[in-house]
Amino acid sequence: MDKPLYHRAWFLVLPAFLLVVFNAVVPMMTVVNYSVQDTFGNNQFFWNGIGWYQELLDPSTELGGRFYDSLGRNLLFSAIILAIEVPLGVLVALSMPRAGWRVAACLVLMALPLLVPWNVVGTIWQIFAREDIGLFGYFVNHILGITYNYTSGVFSAWFTIVVMDVWHWTSLIALLSYAGLKSIPDAYYQAAAIDGASRWAVFTTIQLPKLRRVLLIGVLLRFMDSFMIYTEPFVVTGGGPGNSTTILSIDLVKIALGQFDLGKAAAMSIVYNLIILAVCWVFYTVMTQVDAQRPKEG
Amino acid sequence: MRLRSLILTLYLVFLTLPIYWLMNMSFKNNSEITNQGLTLYPREFTLKNYINIFTDPAWYMGYVDSLIYVALNTLISISVALPAAYAFSRYRFLGDKHLFFWFLTNRMAPPAVFALPFFNLYSAVGLFDTHWAVALAHTIFNVPLAIWILEGFMSGVPREIDETAFIDGYSFPRFFVKIFVPLIASGIGVAAFFCFMFSWVELLLARTLTNNMPISSIMTRTASSAGMDWGQLAAAGVLTLVPGALVIWFVRNYIAKGFALGRV
Repeated sequence: MDKPLYHRAWFLVLPAFLLVVFNAVVPMMTVVNYSVQDTFGNNQFFWNGIGWYQELLDPSTELGGRFYDSLGRNLLFSAIILAIEVPLGVLVALSMPRAGWRVAACLVLMALPLLVPWNVVGTIWQIFAREDIGLFGYFVNHILGITYNYTSGVFSAWFTIVVMDVWHWTSLIALLSYAGLKSIPDAYYQAAAIDGASRWAVFTTIQLPKLRRVLLIGVLLRFMDSFMIYTEPFVVTGGGPGNSTTILSIDLVKIALGQFDLGKAAAMSIVYNLIILAVCWVFYTVMTQVDAQRPKEG
Repeated sequence: MRLRSLILTLYLVFLTLPIYWLMNMSFKNNSEITNQGLTLYPREFTLKNYINIFTDPAWYMGYVDSLIYVALNTLISISVALPAAYAFSRYRFLGDKHLFFWFLTNRMAPPAVFALPFFNLYSAVGLFDTHWAVALAHTIFNVPLAIWILEGFMSGVPREIDETAFIDGYSFPRFFVKIFVPLIASGIGVAAFFCFMFSWVELLLARTLTNNMPISSIMTRTASSAGMDWGQLAAAGVLTLVPGALVIWFVRNYIAKGFALGRV
């Protein structure tokens, strides 16, 4: 269906547009401004051109090395959690009961972690995973006999933040997939049953194609949110032990608010934002193409 | 069949265990937590941690302040997103696709990038440490999200309804309020739920723009200064779960569709 061309629709978008401009463009100009200047305190700024960017993108400098390290850790983190959360979420959605009060109960329980303030997620896992007072930490250390301490062990720290994220966000994928599965008419399943299709065939030919759209949204949201995650790992590990869980946003806040290196932080913010913009664009293009195909599929 | 319920049960246990542990801790006193080893239920059941919170204004005002800015934010976001979403779902106009994409990118912008400039901006306009500062700052990710969700729901309403109403002589504002809004009421509920959710869980911006206003930031402070008052921390944590649990209950029938942004 073709929408009519009507330029005055801009007036309807205007309030939202102005609000987001105030919040996005004005601060972004400040960041750009900082990123090309250097300061020695006392609010005295010097023109530094693209110096910060050159330093940031050159892995041999201290800043550059740090940037690439935390970028690498962040990509690794995003890859791990996507690899766990997407299949697990789909599996859970497939296991959901079809009808009755149990559906409502499952939905409410599953949505609960999503509504927990992010620092409380950190607190919950801090308490849960501590070796002395935490159920999980105690269990692993004293009953399984494996040394597990997220404040001193690199592997333990990574394990904790990954499991925490799986706990926190798998439900998002599960709820999305559940919504997708619900939209499949019963007739499809009946036809499959008549054809004698196996469970696997039903999944790959009926359910998975329907899930493509929602999973795309899910992967986009999860990738973006894991790429800018800050509070939860900060509360649990604070970026440690050492720098082993210092991901991009933690590093950025350390530079900006900890060391008050405004120029470096600003340059890093811009590059960080550009990466996000690029990934966003790829997803958006794919998504609009899938959207455009929909009417043809019926 | 048995495998399916096993998977589901295991997953739900995995979800509830940490929350159970938090609640368990919140009813214990500190000596039991640190000295008596692991106890699966409170041996000396105490409400002391909760009483502390409800009697100390420094604690309970944190919840009130948080709820105020979350409510303000939800109100602002929905009221500017409604007309915008209508425009996106019904018309083509100059730069619409680019504008929509630009909105989307703001939903994805990392708060860590904005923390410092927001501090400067809101100090400059004299809103620092007010509910408005946090409410307005959170619109940067909530307005795009609300537009996205509402646009999905609105596109599900056939355009013939608009046209019929206009032929019947409805003016645009009257049509919008009397006919259109009731039609997408569930969509508005879902969008409001998401605005509530993301404003409620966000901490970095809320903490940067205020002097310890949000409850979550009061929690961090008190817990670390008192040499880790675990019981108190757990009780405060449990109380932050309550508003979320309440709003989930209200939207439980729409929640799955909402997470799919109205696009299934």
